[in-house]
Amino acid sequence: MYRIRFHGRGGQGMKTASRILGRAFFLEGFEVQDAPRYGAERRGAPMFAYVRASRNTINERGIIRRPDLVVVADDTLVPVSAAGVLQGVTEHTVMLINSNEKPEVWKDRLNISGQVLTMPSVAEKEDRLEPRFISASCAGVAARLVGVISRTSLKQAISAELAHLGAAVVDKNLAGALESYDLMGSHSGSVTPGHEVPAYAYQNPEWIELPFEDARVSAPAIHATATSEKMKTGLWRTMRPVIDYSRCNRCWWVCSTFCPDSAISLDDEGYPQIDYEHCKGCMVCVAQCPSHAIHAIPEQEAEAGTPAGERL
Amino acid sequence: MKRTLLTGNGAAAWGVRLAGVDYVPAFPITPQTEIIETIANWIDLGEMDCRMVTLESEHSMITAAGAAAATGVRAFTATSSQGLLYAMEMIYTVAGWRVPFVMVNVSRGLSAPITLEPDHNDILVARDSGFLQIHCATCQEVLDSILMAFRLAEDEQVRLPVIVNMDGFYLSFTREPVEIPDADAVTRFLPPFDPENICFRASAPVSEAVAVLGGPPYSYFRYETHLASLNAVPVFAKIAEEFAQAFGRTYEAVEAYRTDDAELVFVIMGSFATKAKDAVDRLREAGRSVGLLRPRLLRPFPNGDIRRILAGKKGVAVIDQNLSMGMGGVLHSELASALYGQAHAPPVLVSFIGGLGGRDIGPEEFYEMASVTRKAVEDGKAPAPRLLYTEKELREVRKLQAIAQVERENLGQNQ
Ligand code: SF4
Ligand code: SF4
Repeated sequence: MYRIRFHGRGGQGMKTASRILGRAFFLEGFEVQDAPRYGAERRGAPMFAYVRASRNTINERGIIRRPDLVVVADDTLVPVSAAGVLQGVTEHTVMLINSNEKPEVWKDRLNISGQVLTMPSVAEKEDRLEPRFISASCAGVAARLVGVISRTSLKQAISAELAHLGAAVVDKNLAGALESYDLMGSHSGSVTPGHEVPAYAYQNPEWIELPFEDARVSAPAIHATATSEKMKTGLWRTMRPVIDYSRCNRCWWVCSTFCPDSAISLDDEGYPQIDYEHCKGCMVCVAQCPSHAIHAIPEQEAEAGTPAGERL
Repeated sequence: MKRTLLTGNGAAAWGVRLAGVDYVPAFPITPQTEIIETIANWIDLGEMDCRMVTLESEHSMITAAGAAAATGVRAFTATSSQGLLYAMEMIYTVAGWRVPFVMVNVSRGLSAPITLEPDHNDILVARDSGFLQIHCATCQEVLDSILMAFRLAEDEQVRLPVIVNMDGFYLSFTREPVEIPDADAVTRFLPPFDPENICFRASAPVSEAVAVLGGPPYSYFRYETHLASLNAVPVFAKIAEEFAQAFGRTYEAVEAYRTDDAELVFVIMGSFATKAKDAVDRLREAGRSVGLLRPRLLRPFPNGDIRRILAGKKGVAVIDQNLSMGMGGVLHSELASALYGQAHAPPVLVSFIGGLGGRDIGPEEFYEMASVTRKAVEDGKAPAPRLLYTEKELREVRKLQAIAQVERENLGQNQ
């Protein structure tokens, strides 16, 4: 059985990627199972989707623990432990990362023995504020890596799964996905189906006795007002709001009033400060600032140190 | 007939469409909403001739479904978890009306703490209501069960509402290959609803759901509902046979997998049963004679089939994806009561609690449950009920607790 996991952020189209790949397998005569799994159900939050494909009936269910292929649509997810990108990755697993860095860098950084590949770079995205819709390309590469999906089936699968978005979207995605499929030709078949866990040699799950604990500990209550302080929701952000203090006139602090996450506070001089550990990148502040002093910058560029928002 | 990929929710919507449902009262709740969205879209496109009304709560939604069924139209509705609980007053009430309709429940763990992923505590709250219950393990079974459920609900020997249950996420959001039967074949199997004497109409007064004073009439009506529910066992068998003839898929009240020569048997409901099936195959490869029993009907409880299939087995591992606080696994209790005092009943019944709130059950855990049950058979004594829970899982909870504690300290509220 093939077991494939797609990791991305809500809104990046990984559910669609899993559906395209699932449909393509199905068209090749495989039994298939595809499903998304969300944590926090919102844009930018880590999520994953998976595909199982087999020549026989699939009885296995739920999340894939031992993937043959892991596709990562957003390399900023790799270090986020909650995203679980590396879960169950062994030397058998092929990792496909959408990244500007070289595969060797990732292999080294993650210290993994299996094969690491990066997404081939296809046509540049036109609008830097519009994250590239990469689901079809991810599915295209995955389809090539398993080596059992024809170009025709991939095409049919993309057309079927994206039909509701209109012909223009289908064409654009077809072009990108088929180009990716072709570019990965030399890696065709590098992902192979993994084995089941045999019942004659398995690791004991080592269940424990759950101890009784009194309700002060065991009731699901958090006795504090700032319950989200430790939850770094800043990791969900794909776009970063950056304040240009040369334009901020400390109005009546519209930004901090509107921020739905209370992520903007004021410093001693009354200038707004964004708490990037918790700002989720909703861009409400960008839209609300009356003097257009807040800009949106793609998170990856911001991480790379684009200078912006220097305090004058 | 067309074979394509559908989610459990999509399969449910197809079942409703093919059943020629007239009326769908609706209220949204995760993870069921896609069923209603799909039907709404078809109605909008003119592909389905049906009336949909969004109500202001599940309580009203069930009332509307029951009232519509009382006029003799074919009604369908769907809910999940908290929604089912919110509707509970009317769940019992409409079953007492003896009106036939079908509802899908997409199982999801109950609050508190609130969650999204499945277990069966929600559907078990409706266990004693008079609704019949069909539990599904695959998306195909969801579609097929809805067709059979209308036949069952409308049968004159039964005339009760039916719940078709599927697990959230594991079925509701999971696509699998599903055969969509031809509409003509479905109409032959499930002709338009003949409401006989069900005819609640304007200007033709009927008192539905009359009040009674005193125990004897009350007992009469309640016990009649029970008897109707018991009738559903043979009626379901008949319907399933006709279904198999028409569509080639067999659904018995109890699914038995490799049980004939098995010494040990897993008993589990819902979609996790397919995982158990996989484990049975692997255990067989390793030379262990293990089988699987999955109750498809939970109400009425198929006592006869269960006794027959488990007769002579050495040990049974009951895996409950539910928890009756202060007692344990519900299926374990039901099974014990079905088997108690029966000749050739398995001497050892081991209770496992697993899959609460969608917690996964891995293949190793099935193997280990088989091993624990084998040991219990050797000892001639079942061990204490076991929650499937690991050290690592407790460590994760400890981390959450530590975060809560740190925040409390930061805010100077450490008492
Ligand atoms: S983008 Fe602006 S409004 Fe939105 S969370 Fe971040 S700081 Fe708050
Ligand atoms: S809304 Fe704009 S101008 Fe007003 S305080 Fe915020 S950044 Fe400054």
